[in-house]
Amino acid sequence: MSNIEEFRLETRQWLETHCPASLRTPMSEREVVWGGRNATFPSDDAQRWLQAMGERGWTAPTWPRSYGGGGLTAEQNAVLQEELRRIKARPPLYSFGLWMFGPVLLEFGSEEQKQRFLPPIVRGETRWCQGYSEPGAGSDLASLATRCEDHGEHFLINGQKIWTSYANLADWMFCLVRTDTRTKHGGISFVVFDMRTAGVETRPIRLISGDSPFCETFLTDVRVPKDQLIGPLNGGWEIAKRLLMHERTNISAEAFGNAAGLDLIETARQFVGLREGVLANTDLRARIARHRMRDEAFRLAVQQARTGHGRSSSAATSALASSFKVAAASLNQERCELLLECLGHEGLGWEGEGFSTDALRATRHWLRSKGNSIEGGTTEINLNVIAKRVLGLPDPV
Amino acid sequence: MSMTPDQQMLEDTARQFFAERSPPGAVRANRTAGRSFDPTLWQQIGELGFSGALIPESHGGSGIGYRGLGLVLEAAGRTLCASPLLQSSFIGAAAVLRHGSAAQQASLLPRIAMGELTLALAVDETPHHHPENTRTVARHVDGGWVLNGRKRFVADGDSASLLLTLARIDTAGAESDALRWFLVPSATAGVTRQRLHTVDGEGFADIEFAAVDLGADAALGTASPTSWQDVLDVACIALASTMQGSAEAALALTLDHLKTRTQFGQLIGSFQSLQHRVARLHVDLQLARAAVTGALDELDARGHVTADPRLHRLASLCKALCGDALHDVSNETVQLHGGIGMTDVHDSGLFLKRARVLETLYGTSSHHRDRYARLAGI
Ligand SMILES: Cc1cc2nc3c(=O)[nH]c(=O)nc-3n(C[C@H](O)[C@H](O)[C@H](O)COP(=O)(O)OP(=O)(O)OC[C@H]3O[C@@H](n4cnc5c(N)ncnc54)[C@H](O)[C@@H]3O)c2cc1C
Repeated sequence: MSNIEEFRLETRQWLETHCPASLRTPMSEREVVWGGRNATFPSDDAQRWLQAMGERGWTAPTWPRSYGGGGLTAEQNAVLQEELRRIKARPPLYSFGLWMFGPVLLEFGSEEQKQRFLPPIVRGETRWCQGYSEPGAGSDLASLATRCEDHGEHFLINGQKIWTSYANLADWMFCLVRTDTRTKHGGISFVVFDMRTAGVETRPIRLISGDSPFCETFLTDVRVPKDQLIGPLNGGWEIAKRLLMHERTNISAEAFGNAAGLDLIETARQFVGLREGVLANTDLRARIARHRMRDEAFRLAVQQARTGHGRSSSAATSALASSFKVAAASLNQERCELLLECLGHEGLGWEGEGFSTDALRATRHWLRSKGNSIEGGTTEINLNVIAKRVLGLPDPV
Repeated sequence: MSMTPDQQMLEDTARQFFAERSPPGAVRANRTAGRSFDPTLWQQIGELGFSGALIPESHGGSGIGYRGLGLVLEAAGRTLCASPLLQSSFIGAAAVLRHGSAAQQASLLPRIAMGELTLALAVDETPHHHPENTRTVARHVDGGWVLNGRKRFVADGDSASLLLTLARIDTAGAESDALRWFLVPSATAGVTRQRLHTVDGEGFADIEFAAVDLGADAALGTASPTSWQDVLDVACIALASTMQGSAEAALALTLDHLKTRTQFGQLIGSFQSLQHRVARLHVDLQLARAAVTGALDELDARGHVTADPRLHRLASLCKALCGDALHDVSNETVQLHGGIGMTDVHDSGLFLKRARVLETLYGTSSHHRDRYARLAGI
């Protein structure tokens, strides 16, 4: 038996023992485990599952063992993911640390910083948030103005971040700050700090979907120890861009729409009805078919990118990340719109009696999905990236 | 699956060969010469091992496999190269490999691999693709078959030596619901071919079968209501590989123009409204490419087994996605070139014309969306 087949068997056995049956079912948004100091779990099983996976390093399968990761090769990780999908296991942990901060820390952090920050991310003990956007710096992120001054012993930070997802629930922030006002991109640094530090204040913002997953974050005379600068002073922009690539890739791999909920085809059949064995509304049927086909092709593309190692220079990966982000955003928005259309009046409820829980959830998802083409870099900005970086089109003079 | 180093090398070789030996302008040369393809070119394609790519070495082929030949077809599609590669080396060889008896394989495959025997798929009978409504009829007689009917828009029908023909089985005077593939030598008495002049200048023909006497060995595989379908799936996947190549080349042509044409003192490629249009086409093409790769890998993974729903699904998926992508790219190619794109000396028109032919062949995107929808329970 080849090594990889042996690995598959071992993995299968391990998962059989450690993945509780209750976690082999679809997960609603409320059941997501985010970890952190104030972690909440929807069940004891969910806690046990995170603990088992975290101890084995399989929340971060390809990170080195010395930082708590699983130390798996890409091939082994592919097998692990296949086995997880096979038993329909829920992800043990959602985490900006795993998806965004960890990968750049591995690349740009000092040995001491990796030892300090990575293992708690793997075990789900620290929850991170992303301090990038500011009121005056959205798409033009590099125009950010949050000041960070050298005060000898420490840095002192003053400014404001906005749209900081889950800042009110996070333990630590990775944050872009201005350390030099004379140059734009070359005056940005990448720092991290504990959200309990004096001078950090968060105010949740309410979204059109009724939820408040993101915040305004005010930073007033926040003292940050010098060893919490990641990479060189004024060298933050490179790290910032690399992190965005990881964010976009991850957003696409998770495809927004993995959010459990109503199945589009089932809902269409049930609410719109059939005529001669196919969906009665032929126009809607055609649009659903078109959507499903693009969706299947997108899933194939993600799968191929994951297993492909032929042409994965970091430039290629970054180019792919923008394409995937554009596709994933439009597919999820389309799916939510189609679902709403299938539901008819049933899809127009906000809360309360007269609407099923599933339908109410679909309506909220639909509203939330409008952010997909904004978060992580807007669709327009990603199209700019594709046009310039991938297709080599010129800037105006 | 990612490409193996062999496949990578194959792709490089194929792209270079077609770019040098048969650039898009060769379409005009063929048109002037009044021929649908260049026989010397076909011989060179054979020498490179491309015409025997699907065929195992034991039968004189190079055994490169579906994905490998798909890469070659894509390269040919990039330059709009006309040759029997698609019809004979991919579809024809696959049909014989998947449905032929040992004897049929032994006698046909080596000659297909050499390129001396060429096949063409004769399936459609009406302006739209409805293979289940096939009216061409094969009647079983002592020691053989008698074929009657008419096929339309047969690609390579003007030149192929063997017509891979779908016919309904007539048992004792009653038409059954079973269809079967037949290999009809085009020189047989009772076969008439009418060359068609299509917009893309390729070698299409209408074909009439009037009481054509065939031997018992003309029938391929078994008669069944379903088992013939995988040949059409293979045809769609092969076509999609070609279309993927044509679409990417048309986009590349357009990008070159955007990077060199100046108006208002700016390169027109710096206009964001144009950048976003081509960037979206690029994303569409990536999805189309993933569908083609997925389908070719599926063919390789399963070997030459016959029909199954997953193959039907993937075939319709890639035919429809490549059809849509090529349709949109070919329109934008003309539009973004402006006036020059409307002229016959420019290649835009060649891509546009070929695009519509390939989109229509073996089912439009809309046909395949409908089929996919049925398979998915929509
Ligand atoms: C759900 C959600 C979660 C988020 N989470 C976080 C987070 O955790 N941390 C964080 O830092 N940020 C977060 N963001 C912020 C997000 O990154 C920004 O909203 C985004 O980058 C856009 O910036 P903006 O809102 O200032 O819009 P603007 O940049 O003002 O854009 C307005 C419009 O103009 C368009 N536009 C701008 N520039 C161009 C151009 N050059 N060419 C063409 N069109 C252009 C945009 O595409 C958009 O349509 C989140 C946003 C959302 C919606």
